[in-house]
Amino acid sequence: MYKYDQYDQAMVDARVEEFRDQARRRLEGRLTEDQFKPLRLMNGLYLQLHAYMLRVAIPYGTLDSRQMHALADIADKYDRGYGHFTTRQNIQYNWIKLEDAADILADLAKVEMHAIQTSGNCIRNISSDHFAGAAADEVVDPRPYAELLRQWSSFHPEFSYLPRKFKIAVIASEKDRAAMRLHDIGINIVTNDVGEPGAAFYVGGGMGRTPMIAPCINSFVPLDQLVTYAEACLRVYNRHGRRDNKYKARIKILVHELGAEEYTRQVEAEFAHLLDQGVEPPLAELERIKGYFEDPLFETAADSQIDRIDPDFALWIDRNTVAHKADGYVSAVISLKPVGGIPGDATAEQMRLMADLAKDYSFDELRVMHTQNIVLPHVRKADLHALWTALDAAGLGSPNLDTVEDIIACPGLDYCSLANARSIPVAQKISERFAQTGKTATLGELKLKISGCINACGHHHAGHIGILGVDRKGVENYQLLLGGSEAEDVSLAKITGPGFDENGIVDAVETVTTVYERERADGERFLDTYRRIGMNPFKEALYG
Amino acid sequence: MADTLRYRDDEPVDHPAVTVDSFLDQSNASAVRIEPGDDARELLPHLDRLALVEVNFPAFGDGRGYSSARILREAGYEGELRAVGDVLVDQLAYMRRCGFDAFEPDQRFDMEDVKSAFERWPEVYQKAADTRTSIWAKRHP
Amino acid sequence: MRLLTGNDLKTGAVTWWTGAEWSIHIEDAADVTGGEEEIARREESARRVNVPYAVDADIHDGSPRPSHIKERVRALGPTVRPDLTLKPADPEIGNWVI
Repeated sequence: MYKYDQYDQAMVDARVEEFRDQARRRLEGRLTEDQFKPLRLMNGLYLQLHAYMLRVAIPYGTLDSRQMHALADIADKYDRGYGHFTTRQNIQYNWIKLEDAADILADLAKVEMHAIQTSGNCIRNISSDHFAGAAADEVVDPRPYAELLRQWSSFHPEFSYLPRKFKIAVIASEKDRAAMRLHDIGINIVTNDVGEPGAAFYVGGGMGRTPMIAPCINSFVPLDQLVTYAEACLRVYNRHGRRDNKYKARIKILVHELGAEEYTRQVEAEFAHLLDQGVEPPLAELERIKGYFEDPLFETAADSQIDRIDPDFALWIDRNTVAHKADGYVSAVISLKPVGGIPGDATAEQMRLMADLAKDYSFDELRVMHTQNIVLPHVRKADLHALWTALDAAGLGSPNLDTVEDIIACPGLDYCSLANARSIPVAQKISERFAQTGKTATLGELKLKISGCINACGHHHAGHIGILGVDRKGVENYQLLLGGSEAEDVSLAKITGPGFDENGIVDAVETVTTVYERERADGERFLDTYRRIGMNPFKEALYG
Repeated sequence: MADTLRYRDDEPVDHPAVTVDSFLDQSNASAVRIEPGDDARELLPHLDRLALVEVNFPAFGDGRGYSSARILREAGYEGELRAVGDVLVDQLAYMRRCGFDAFEPDQRFDMEDVKSAFERWPEVYQKAADTRTSIWAKRHP
Repeated sequence: MRLLTGNDLKTGAVTWWTGAEWSIHIEDAADVTGGEEEIARREESARRVNVPYAVDADIHDGSPRPSHIKERVRALGPTVRPDLTLKPADPEIGNWVI
């Protein structure tokens, strides 16, 4: 894992004191709310439905047990004993006081964490593949590139007042586990014909009210020009992105209106200019960072036998563990989606248990998934039973990775001031319904994603089944979408037709799964069947 | 008129800045004002006769002026680069890094706040338009 | 009726104007019809409230109940965590919100 040196530590410490001063000036009335708002947002502090909310970055989703313990301690000391893991590898606390915020940032800085640029019109937390460094299929570990970009984007003097927020994801395998092409910039580390590594840049993706899949604008940027190329992409956006309408201000609209070709031409011109400006760190810096991401000392003769005699354990193994690059190891997913629970929420006690288990069984490392679950990336197969036993006793053993119960849901109207409808109760009812009917098992991989408003924090555009909550004359109403994917087979979901009320949407989800069960060919996932047979059979079943 | 903070030793230009369009139409002005939508690169052929470029910030959240400033400095402009308008004290450090060396804010700054703003960052992560050495350069001397 | 609401600047807590001060309990809220702008301006500049705004409401079982569900969720707390609402012991309170 990356460790701060004295420079990194000095920067987060300075940021804490800067925010302490800003919060003090706000409380003294020397800053208006309009002036303070962008400053607090750039430190992750929102004014939400019930209180201030603090969003803490977990860069590229990686943290150790000491950091997870610190997150638990913050939940107990400053909040109400829990936190919410988000779709961009952050954690949010819902009940924060402005007068405590700087102290929380100081507590985070002690464990090399921060809330820098987790909101605001700036470059946000860089996200990555949650199986990085463990996945059997990756070209390289993408996290050193993400860390390089984290440092470049932190306190960037030119790009802190962008037209709109800016999200970057970095992956390094053909499988996309980070919704890479639905980011403002998605970077895929690839190798060229002669085996040299480089970066493919995808620019202008995103969800929100105008979902778009990012086109590839450069399939191979040499690694010693990575930062310069990103700087060129951002400068064109900062200068020419729309600022007249906040709903058209994301880079996807610029790329769409200019056309990918013209945007690329402008980026390449800016890039050619910037190459002479010395903005690129030397490759030695990338090598220095890579040194922190070397493999842990895997046992070469780790026992690969798993005793499957307990059927509950065997089911969890089949559903929640993923192939690892080292023999005798797997990555184990801790589901934060208990049936009827709140997707992504974890209590302080659960965080502490996950931290301790990571220390005991996963080389002291945890990951946050964009699907709001936690990964222990490097678990010996021989330790799985002990791990599962401990998780199950704490309500963390749900065997439902990538099933219909593994729902992404935004906080919705229960917590969010932007929401039009509640998301969480819908997620709870759906998981309860499918657990009750026993259909979770037979439906296989089915990604269901719920947003409580058009901003799409719950990724409804990318759900095999998506649900969008809207406000219909003051009453919550839910639209159903089908056919989205955030993975390497990326696609945007389409709305089925008129919306449903809260109970109606649960029935509607069940109805479309029934169509799938009737129509599916061998080995087809819900998404495959939808793509083959199209929308009509689903529409007929829903609306007659 | 608001006070101007200046971090240069030369004499300030004594005549008002003109718009980019007027500047390009006439040849005797040495001070120009860039609005957020103006293309700073249009000035590049004429840098040798410019002594003052004002970059206007009608709203503090519109960050186009940061790019304008860097583009001018990257092209070798050495005259005064002044941020004017809705400029907030919390923005000074980044503006300075983008090449601004004078500030004319709509609302007067508290000079203690200005001092802390400029002393805030012990290090910088990026190479920009100022003379500060980036962290990566210090790591790899 | 119109209610004036906002958040406490220091704590972020949702507050309601009672006619004399700010309360976290919507039962204490007073009708501000006609006076909302002046009260909001005065209270915000004194930093006794952050981002105040007025909402429509009516009287329901003798107490004010906002017309829009968002304001009812704000007044009570998250419907999915009754233990964290202002009325954790009232099993019927969800019906007041929905």
